[in-house]
Amino acid sequence: MSRFETLKELVAGGGKLLVPFFTGCYPDGDTFVELLLAAQSAGADALEVGIPFSDPSADGPIIQAASQKTLEAGTTVDSIMACVKRARERGLALPLLYMTYYNPILHRGGEKFSREAIASGADGVLVVDLPPEEAEEFAPIARANGLDTIFLIAPTTPEERYPLVLSRCSGFLYVVSVTGVTGGKEAAVDTVGAMTGKLKDMTDLPVLAGFGVNNAASAKAISTAADGVIVGSAIMKLVGEAGPADAPAKVAAFIQGLRAALDG
Amino acid sequence: MDQVMPKGHFGQFGGQYVAETLMPALAELEGALDQAMADNSFREEFRALLADYVGRPTPLTLASRLSGELGINLYLKREDLCHTGAHKINNTLGQVLLAKRMGKKRIIAETGAGQHGVATATAAALMGFECIVYMGEEDVKRQAPNVERMHLLGAEVVPVTSGSRTLKDAMNEAIRQWVTHVDTTFYIIGSVAGPHPYPAMVREFQRVIGDETKAQCIAKLGKLPEAIIACIGGGSNAMGIFTAFLDDPVELVAVEAEGEGYDTGKHAAAIRAGKVGVLHGQKSYLLQDDDGQVIEAHSVSAGLDYPGVGPQVAYLAESGRLTVMSVTDDEALKAFHRLALAEGILPALESSHALAVIDQVAKRLKPGSDVVLNLSGRGDKDLATVLSIIEEGGGR
Ligand SMILES: Cc1ncc(COP(=O)(O)O)c(C=O)c1O
Repeated sequence: MSRFETLKELVAGGGKLLVPFFTGCYPDGDTFVELLLAAQSAGADALEVGIPFSDPSADGPIIQAASQKTLEAGTTVDSIMACVKRARERGLALPLLYMTYYNPILHRGGEKFSREAIASGADGVLVVDLPPEEAEEFAPIARANGLDTIFLIAPTTPEERYPLVLSRCSGFLYVVSVTGVTGGKEAAVDTVGAMTGKLKDMTDLPVLAGFGVNNAASAKAISTAADGVIVGSAIMKLVGEAGPADAPAKVAAFIQGLRAALDG
Repeated sequence: MDQVMPKGHFGQFGGQYVAETLMPALAELEGALDQAMADNSFREEFRALLADYVGRPTPLTLASRLSGELGINLYLKREDLCHTGAHKINNTLGQVLLAKRMGKKRIIAETGAGQHGVATATAAALMGFECIVYMGEEDVKRQAPNVERMHLLGAEVVPVTSGSRTLKDAMNEAIRQWVTHVDTTFYIIGSVAGPHPYPAMVREFQRVIGDETKAQCIAKLGKLPEAIIACIGGGSNAMGIFTAFLDDPVELVAVEAEGEGYDTGKHAAAIRAGKVGVLHGQKSYLLQDDDGQVIEAHSVSAGLDYPGVGPQVAYLAESGRLTVMSVTDDEALKAFHRLALAEGILPALESSHALAVIDQVAKRLKPGSDVVLNLSGRGDKDLATVLSIIEEGGGR
């Protein structure tokens, strides 16, 4: 059973979910492992790990820069999976998904990628540039190997598309809270509410909102319209500014702040 | 022959590999395009612009001195004589007309060499659109005159500082901006690349090149040519001239940029050296490393300096319909000078790649065969590049 099943229980118990995002092996492999463990201790409910791509056309400047730096430092799909495995061995128990673009998966082969992702301790995958129409090949392979396949619903997605997206989606549903790229505009609670309102009766998957959730106040606001939030650029900005030595403690403090806001 | 298969695929190639946010925009575009293409008034407006603004039909010129040397009849399809100096304007006028029809407010585009940027800025000025062109910081430096041309045409040029700071990064940035302003913004892609319906749409706006060529061949020669040659960046001038001939017994030669040579790894030969991959919304051949990261392309010609190729070109290459050849920077430069001296025409460095295979093609054909070469653009934009290479003692 996928670790993502645990999220449903948390939601049923009235909790609001907190999912931080980390670019794989940024700023370096060891610090990345520490960051994952720090996020768990600080109260995260699941983790999203970015497998960087040379051409991140859905990402804003912060995640672009992190992707480019980690690639320049020699990060590969293998090195990220090895780090996630190390974090698991050191007690990381949270559900974890890989977020990436399709080319690194296609190049490796969907079957091989899925097997290796599971072996590394991941539970799900989100491929930003793979809409449900193009996922007919990869999504069933991922699922057959035990990976949940997370898909996106955007503010621009017409309601007629919701059933198609939901039919491919497992683990949780990712609602994009702004029309834009990661870390760009501030997430808008009305936009999220308009989507989640329609989705309520269509799925029993947890519905999480991300893109533009940048601080405790916006996490709190957005969580009133969703089952929880995904926070990426704000955390990666902190990691970049703090440097390897200080990043885990600083990120832990930030996540504790988000946790308190969501629980308060 | 419409090569678009279900969902905009060409065999295993093509598709719509974009973020969910853009899927509805692509559906909207596809709907508007289908309507426009079925509407005689749209087609007539487009045709009139091509005639009265671009200067079409462009001539089919017999290159008589070269033909004498080669023992064949070499005809040049003179896209260099289009307004703005290249075939790119055919496509941008079509897309701007469509943007107007769709009620969009602003136009964005990516550009490498600046030819597509200039053609977009031109069409936007003609029809009163706000226009923003994304251009890699490296290219902004390399192609300064085209940046100035775009400014004079009222466009804003935004230097892109991410990644390798060239065409592929400009396209990433244009996609980001499109995602962010999708309701008001029309994104004009400059080649037969990107997510469906772009490859098919750009082909339809460019196919006038081949339709004219076919009529001109029949009028002049009373028959079709034995072969047609075009260079391949994304493939728009090639699909433009090839489309009318896909079902005919005519050899179609596609010429890729081999940069400093295949073995150096510094080239743009995506068909020859690429693997099937996904970039910029399409599945096609793509230069990439062992981990699926995109490798930068290299070519002396900025318009061919792209690590991928349009999906229909990939499909036609895979199926064997195209003869795919490649040409190094040096060979292209030699062809540049050769055309200048033999025929009094300065070709674009892109088009010079097509010319550089002419000896090999001629050798394979019977003497007296008719060959058409798509002279996709004029070389004025490349003078700085060519002159600096001459100064270093190369290329002649
Ligand atoms: C004159 C000319 N020819 C060819 C190309 C290559 O593009 P495509 O393969 O789409 O024709 C360009 C691109 O800038 C160009 O300017």
